[in-house]
Amino acid sequence: MSVKGWKTAFALAASFAMTVPAAAQTPPGVLVVGQIAEPQSLDPQQVTAANDFRITTNIYEGLVRYATGTLDLEPALATAWEISQDGLTYTFDLRPDVTFHDGSPFDAEAVKFTFDRMLDEAHPFHETGPFPLAFQFSTVEEVRVVDPMTVEFRLEEPYAPFLNNLALPVGAIVSPAGVEAAGEGFGRQPSGTGPFRFAEWIANQRVVLAANPDYWGGAPALEAVVFRPVADANTRVAEMLSGGIDVLVETPPDNITLFADDPAFELHEAVGPHVWFLILNTREGPFADPRVRQVVNLAVDKQSLVDNVLQGTASVAAGPIPPAFDWAYNPDVAPWPHDPERARQLLAEAGAEGASLRFLVTEGGSGMLDPVPMATAIQADLAAVGLNVSIETYEWNAYLARVNAGLAGQGDMAQMAWMTNDPDTLPSLTLHSDALPEEGGFNSGYYANPQLDELLDRARVVTAEAERGEIYRQVQALVHEEAPWLFGAHWRQNAVTSSRVSGLVLQPDFTLQLRSVAKN
Amino acid sequence: MVAYAAKRLLAAIPVLVGLSVIVFAIMAMIPGDTALAILGSYATPENVARLNADLGLDRSLPEQYLAWAGNLVQGDLGRSYALNRPVLDEVSERFAATLILAGTSLVLASILGLLAGIVSAARQFGWADRIVTFLVLVGISTPAFLLGLILILLFAVRWRLFPASGMYAVYGGGDLADLLHHLVLPSITLAVIAAGIIARLTRGAMLEVLRQDFVRTARAKGLSERAVIGRHALRAALVQVIPVIGLQAGFVLGGAVYVETVFQWPGIGAMLVNAVAQRDILLVQGGVLVVAASYVLVNLLADVAQASLDPRLKS
Repeated sequence: MSVKGWKTAFALAASFAMTVPAAAQTPPGVLVVGQIAEPQSLDPQQVTAANDFRITTNIYEGLVRYATGTLDLEPALATAWEISQDGLTYTFDLRPDVTFHDGSPFDAEAVKFTFDRMLDEAHPFHETGPFPLAFQFSTVEEVRVVDPMTVEFRLEEPYAPFLNNLALPVGAIVSPAGVEAAGEGFGRQPSGTGPFRFAEWIANQRVVLAANPDYWGGAPALEAVVFRPVADANTRVAEMLSGGIDVLVETPPDNITLFADDPAFELHEAVGPHVWFLILNTREGPFADPRVRQVVNLAVDKQSLVDNVLQGTASVAAGPIPPAFDWAYNPDVAPWPHDPERARQLLAEAGAEGASLRFLVTEGGSGMLDPVPMATAIQADLAAVGLNVSIETYEWNAYLARVNAGLAGQGDMAQMAWMTNDPDTLPSLTLHSDALPEEGGFNSGYYANPQLDELLDRARVVTAEAERGEIYRQVQALVHEEAPWLFGAHWRQNAVTSSRVSGLVLQPDFTLQLRSVAKN
Repeated sequence: MVAYAAKRLLAAIPVLVGLSVIVFAIMAMIPGDTALAILGSYATPENVARLNADLGLDRSLPEQYLAWAGNLVQGDLGRSYALNRPVLDEVSERFAATLILAGTSLVLASILGLLAGIVSAARQFGWADRIVTFLVLVGISTPAFLLGLILILLFAVRWRLFPASGMYAVYGGGDLADLLHHLVLPSITLAVIAAGIIARLTRGAMLEVLRQDFVRTARAKGLSERAVIGRHALRAALVQVIPVIGLQAGFVLGGAVYVETVFQWPGIGAMLVNAVAQRDILLVQGGVLVVAASYVLVNLLADVAQASLDPRLKS
């Protein structure tokens, strides 16, 4: 090609670049949310991932919900409720004049339909899906329609977390007419009562919700919300910087300061009901001795983990109940201090100096934060007091299969993280002696303490919140001292919004409530 | 020619069947299963067993495989567990996106590679040759994901000329101009390495051809240099270059995995990565089968193209 030819080509390319509109200015009133993956389904009873919940909680509502920015229950589709003396019957008054997005009315039949579909294998629409989280309602014996605006739940046994579970995304009420029309396809043609209605789902590109002008709580400020899957963390950050998305959730820790320091963005944080911990094998090996378990808690510099490895995206944990449950959290229990000197003494007393420990570590997984760097830091801290830790890493699926089966014969310590909506869930499923892996529970470290069992059993049947809270404060103190785990960290949920977005308050349960959000 | 192509196509069938068995076996051997992937920390043995029964994963592996193969014959690839939609829909949509990206990249790589190769052969040891050789070296040695990130930082974040990711604008858009706009950065990223390889080979093939007698004859007849290179030498060199372009088609399809991830291109590579992580067996099988079939097809096309340029290969 001649020089003149090159010049022409260059001029053409340059003019092409000039005529292209400035990329990715999202329109006002339309909020674009960048998430790690696209949803699996928009059927609230079928989904298990935070990605999906962030969408379904804007389409559907439950009988109760968490007040903005808290884990305190408030009325949603139920306006009031009554719990019988024996704690077995819950009666709900339903909100009148609410319609589903498909135009059918919301009533007691719809509530009964929702729970029967999930729990009753003989229900004509049970076939519309597997219901992985149905066990959250396994204590429900019967749902009864008292009259069109009153519904009654009968439980098999008193179960205090029941109300909280109704506020979970899986407790959302679906439109019976919608399920009847769509069948198995309901997850792609969802219909609820929430502030946004489903508009469009283009696989691998976007899920679009449009404002529901008839929402009982008033039409939302946004015209539409677009959920975009952007799997790669670097790309997600680049999209936020280039203006392609308005909300970035689960910001990589390394990028937090980038956004926090830039006035074009706003960083939101909220404490989450999350615990990251190390399960210690209390059945065999050095951790059968409570003193060695305390040594681990003293030896590991958790503040440094949180500040340096996690770059301030978490806070240090003191026990199995995170401070997000403010009514049940015990502020008098302080996290174990970092005291290698005392750890060495205690280790000598227990006669376990130089013990070798097998440490199971995952490469990554839901809520696991930064597992491998955290494990390496813990390994170094334990080496400093005289414990030899060998790390074995596994891919998340393989890891779960291994750890959930119990640590016997497999290792001395293992990482785990849980996100829950009730202070009962984590200790009951992971520390109660009835919850050993062979019993189908998650107590993979085989911790057994009759005193703790008794407290947890009592807390389940007490329905008065103040009284339950008091019991959980005792649980916290007891478990802290016995140290069945290395108490690690509570993840602080974060999100970044562009300065065009207003009114976003993060929910501690990692859902995204958009009914009061606006964007110019 | 048609009979030759048909024979080659038939020969591919046992390859695809064998491949599907291997993929199925590998998915069965890697630890962790679908129910675990869905349930996460809530995966009690009891919940896992119940969900596996719901999903039909409690049957024996041969049973599962035969059920899959039986449906396949009827054109049904099953339903993805994780996405809750027909595998065929997902795979065909994703594969179309990959073809658009890989196809554009291959065209781009071929044009750039051929041009660069011809120019540098025609000007052997001249400044054009040196520049091309240098660029080719840089292109071949830059990993695609790194190049992708650099392009995103410069053209999307800093200058905001092109979108950082995706295939269409998230709101509005959706037409051809929108698609082309989104295609620029990922297709360049994917094309660079292949272009370098094609350029190198074209240069070598051209140099070899240019030394041959018929080129000397053509020159002696008084043909212009442009006609000698364009009409005679290039045609002879292409016989060597085309199979390489065919190979590059395979390479571009494989390389699409990284590029699709970096640019969030909704193609089949990114889909397979997710599907394996989620133990979505039917989706993995369907995806692998389609990718493998396309490899077979591309190689076939390259062979046919080569044969039509060089009659000796037809027999």
